[in-house]
Amino acid sequence: MSSDHGATSDHADHAGHDPADIDRHVKVYITVFVALMILTVVTVAISRFHLSVPIAVTVALFVAIVKGSLVAGYFMHLVSEKKLILAVLALTVAFFIVLLALPILTHENGFWIPEVVVDQPHTGAEHK
Amino acid sequence: MDIPYTYHERRDTGLTNGKIGIWLFLASEVMLFGALFASYILIRTGAPSWPRGDTVLDVYLATFNTIVLITSSVTMVMAWASLMRRKFGTFRIYMGATILLGAVFLVVKYFEYSHHFAIGEGPSHSNFLAVYYTLTGLHMLHVFGGMVVNAYFWGPGSKLYQTNPVWFTNRVEHSGLFWHFVDLVWIFLFPTLYLL
Repeated sequence: MSSDHGATSDHADHAGHDPADIDRHVKVYITVFVALMILTVVTVAISRFHLSVPIAVTVALFVAIVKGSLVAGYFMHLVSEKKLILAVLALTVAFFIVLLALPILTHENGFWIPEVVVDQPHTGAEHK
Repeated sequence: MDIPYTYHERRDTGLTNGKIGIWLFLASEVMLFGALFASYILIRTGAPSWPRGDTVLDVYLATFNTIVLITSSVTMVMAWASLMRRKFGTFRIYMGATILLGAVFLVVKYFEYSHHFAIGEGPSHSNFLAVYYTLTGLHMLHVFGGMVVNAYFWGPGSKLYQTNPVWFTNRVEHSGLFWHFVDLVWIFLFPTLYLL
């Protein structure tokens, strides 16, 4: 017994994808592939400039985010995905950002933790 | 009883259960790798010194592996596109290429790992290498897992195409989503570990 109500074996039944669309999709995949290759070369080339760490991290992560967006948007079809999936991912991204922010917030014990002044033991050397 | 809504979308979600299931799984994977990236940031910012990745690791091999994994993402999506065009033979070629490219990635990682172990640079050698082995090791497990699923759809699992091509196409799409996620993780691992 099948529980897929009103199921059909027609490929046009796939959400928003009919065979005529696929040719256009394939052209997009090839374009994205070329872009990803170029950005990979750019990533490696930028690292050869030996920039300071904050600038290098910013540039490398920016390029990685662009590459990641291309993969997620086109290979994973997020550009045409249903709102429910996008909502799940928006929630995931929010928690992901909090997760990555935690170590930054705790860096140098966190700005919200009052600095504890430890009394130095008297050695008597200051009177000499 | 069959699993409901495997090849026909639910009216309320507009999605098959498999599609929403794989995305929920990927959401959990984002948090798994997120926790490890957060640990990396914590360890790196707390360390008195930290080596640039290219002084310890082989950037050329990693660049080659990046190209291999991105190419495998293209062959994966082309495998799905072939099924959408009802070209089963082409699907098997693209899916086979995806599995082979995954194997190439793992072989290159094997050579990288063996080189480091041969010169005594195991996980206990430094914090940098401990982070490197943890992140890339977990990623390699994902590559291997994806290869096993893809091999199933290339081989015995492909029988489903004869009886229900839409369901089979959906299954390949879902395994493709996982494979692209693995590619996505590497896109961030590569600059983080090798270039910064």
